[in-house]
Amino acid sequence: MAGGPSKEMLAEIASRPGRDTLISSAVKYVFIALSLGFLAALLFAPLATVFITALSKGWEMYFESFKDEDTLAAIKLTLTVAAIVVPTNTIFGIAAAWAIAKFEFRGKSFLITLIDLPIAVSPVISGLVYVLLFGAQGWFGLWLQERDISIIFAVPGIVLATMFVTFPYVARELIPLMQQLGNDEEEAAITLGAGGLMTFFHVTLPKIRWGLVYGVILCNARAMGEFGAVSVVSGHVRGLTTTMPLHVEILYNEYNFVGAFAVASLLTLLAVLTLIIKSLVEMKRK
Amino acid sequence: MSFRQPSILPGFGLTLGFSTFFLSAIVLVPLAALVMKTATMGWSDFIRVVTDARALASYRLSFGASMLAATLNSVFGFIIAWTLVRYEFPGRKLIDSLIDMPFALPTAVSGIALTAVFAENGWIGQYLAPLGIKVAYTWIGVVVALTLIGLPFVVRSVQPAIAEVQRDLEDAAETLGAGRFTIFRRIVLPTVFPALATGFTLAFARAVGEYGSVIFIAGNLPMRTEITPLLIVIKLEQFDYKGAAALGFIMLTMSFVMLLSINLLQAWSRRRMVAAGR
Repeated sequence: MAGGPSKEMLAEIASRPGRDTLISSAVKYVFIALSLGFLAALLFAPLATVFITALSKGWEMYFESFKDEDTLAAIKLTLTVAAIVVPTNTIFGIAAAWAIAKFEFRGKSFLITLIDLPIAVSPVISGLVYVLLFGAQGWFGLWLQERDISIIFAVPGIVLATMFVTFPYVARELIPLMQQLGNDEEEAAITLGAGGLMTFFHVTLPKIRWGLVYGVILCNARAMGEFGAVSVVSGHVRGLTTTMPLHVEILYNEYNFVGAFAVASLLTLLAVLTLIIKSLVEMKRK
Repeated sequence: MSFRQPSILPGFGLTLGFSTFFLSAIVLVPLAALVMKTATMGWSDFIRVVTDARALASYRLSFGASMLAATLNSVFGFIIAWTLVRYEFPGRKLIDSLIDMPFALPTAVSGIALTAVFAENGWIGQYLAPLGIKVAYTWIGVVVALTLIGLPFVVRSVQPAIAEVQRDLEDAAETLGAGRFTIFRRIVLPTVFPALATGFTLAFARAVGEYGSVIFIAGNLPMRTEITPLLIVIKLEQFDYKGAAALGFIMLTMSFVMLLSINLLQAWSRRRMVAAGR
């Protein structure tokens, strides 16, 4: 359907007799009501709860929750982990997308499946594999212990587990985009004598930048919000190895609901921001 | 046939080498460690651990609740996708962008928020409690959490397929006297079905492995409301690495099967699109 029917035609179809029968408008309102009802119960109510509970004892108590030392440490750790994981996975994503989208080689679809693997694997498994490698009874456990290096129940383990979980996001965003854009412009640039890096920065990057922005933002949101994988490797040492989502769990289990939902509200705002950027990126693409 | 087709573009060796190295270091080698750890157990030990009564109960809950959640998602996901594609109403754009919320929202946050809403004194829980329906701390709570988590997968798979349904065909069928149900069954469903199946499988795969949002609302009673990922965590906390690895191996195998089915389903829906000349 190249181009699709024109606006006038759609308007004409919409105004045809029989289109707006009693039944069809009834179906329409039932569908809208079902959709909104389902989303209200499952999505809107929980989102509202986060902010209402966080603010249930007033703004002062809300801001007071962020003065807690352990909360601040959790925020700092989350930012540190994201600052390591997101750039690394971005570089991987760009490299993988370049190799996969620009060249034809054998085993390509298998490689794509492997890249997607972390999305299909349970977050608990993502943490478990690193415990099996680096934990006290793991493959390298003894070797690490002799050298006094701790990975599990320490920050490196959290970084690795987060990297595993958020590994595919940038690549998944870029591969289809770069495949769709084709190679013509890059080939022209190379033929005219541009180097590889110059071609990438001046020809490819401007074309893919909005897709890249979205991939990075999504990777960041998942990195900051990861719970299962990080929970397995963290050891939950308060103020030392608890990221924001883990800190939410600790506060919640201590019945400190204002504190738990206050930290949760920051994470919710992060998710909202991610979606806003996504919408902006989609608008830019059109 | 050579390994790759010639191209004048540079950087093939560098980018492919770097990405396969990084992929191996972060993903493949650790996953291999899991498989190898499982292999160090004897066959009989392995069978004993993975068919233990508590493990079997956890599979029943994990797979049963995920199946139910993915089914709910297919029904409501279709309704929501249809509403978003076909109907114009105030706030449609906003709702459309909020569909991705469960995907962007950290699972721990959705877990505590759903528990608060569905607890006996919660906004929705208080109306269900007099009816004798307990959601939080029961298997129903697990289904609710998994439904929220899987919703974007179904809606986002089905939306483009619904946009592809040819309205002139629907009109033609109507002119020829077909009823609404016939039109749905004969024209809409065949176009949308592959996408719906893909969405169902994606939602199911995600639900089976889900941990964060479930553990808050489930109550985590052994044999009753304990999901398999939680059982793995419990085994790890008791330093039973082998037991954890064995259960992890079962889940990993499931993930591979799911991933394979998703790829096949996607290939199927692509073929159907091409066959229809679109």
